[in-house]
Amino acid sequence: MKARVTVNLKSGVLDPQGRATHHALTGLGFAGVNDVRIGKVIELDLADGTTPAAVDDMCRQLLANTVIESFRVEMLP
Amino acid sequence: MKAAVVVFPGSNCDRDLAVALEAVTGTAPAMVWHRDTELPDGLDLIALPGGFSHGDYLRSGAMAARAPIMRAVADAAARGVAVLGVCNGFQVLTEAGLLPGALMRNAGLDFVCRDVELTVANAQTIFSARYDDGETIRIPVAHHDGNYVADAATLDRLEGEGRVVFRYSGPVNGSARDIAGIVNDTGNVLGLMPHPERLIEAAQGGTDGRRMFEGLLAALG
Repeated sequence: MKARVTVNLKSGVLDPQGRATHHALTGLGFAGVNDVRIGKVIELDLADGTTPAAVDDMCRQLLANTVIESFRVEMLP
Repeated sequence: MKAAVVVFPGSNCDRDLAVALEAVTGTAPAMVWHRDTELPDGLDLIALPGGFSHGDYLRSGAMAARAPIMRAVADAAARGVAVLGVCNGFQVLTEAGLLPGALMRNAGLDFVCRDVELTVANAQTIFSARYDDGETIRIPVAHHDGNYVADAATLDRLEGEGRVVFRYSGPVNGSARDIAGIVNDTGNVLGLMPHPERLIEAAQGGTDGRRMFEGLLAALG
């Protein structure tokens, strides 16, 4: 089984990479981009029976820094 | 003063710190590998060096903060042992929860490597006792992730409790309230992005960094 963890900066935390990318998109002529926020996706290959609670624990202990980041876990078959 | 320098894979200022400590205290520090689980007995100071521990993978300092030795570092810090984290060491201390906040990518996205002017915001700590309040000093920085972030309540608390020890005198990396270095609530753990260990001898271009170690020697014996 697998889990997909999406980690994003919390709203209100300035994202310099997102802002630079937004600027570059605007420079390429793409109009109507209101904002860009950059996060990361972490795919975990897990032993069968691993619980969502265990993945949540992994996120809190290492995968996300909850001072600045939020995370979302999707358990996949 | 009995000191130890923790070495992580990817540390690159560990020997600079060791040379600085020996130059000022006359005694070489113990070098402790990150996979060790115990620190030498009777330490007065634990130093976490600059570098790119574990390649800065996931987040700067994230892996190092979970290294086996860090449990012993946290226990020692709780007992009141002085802990100094420089650059990546500061990142490790925030990731380990020994200091509040986080260090994010520099606001300008550039790696910043130059001398910067710092204002001493609190000269009443064991780390800053050889400086004067409000004094401007010059110390080099070399980092990509030095942009200090914390929520407004935390920033207010740090400032209100005198826990901001050093501020950048001008824009460097986008740090909230120009924070360059902070201490924990008991004043025995300092994290700072600039590298005091790089200005120990006049031949290095100045000695403003040396005074931090001289202050620690005076405070810790």
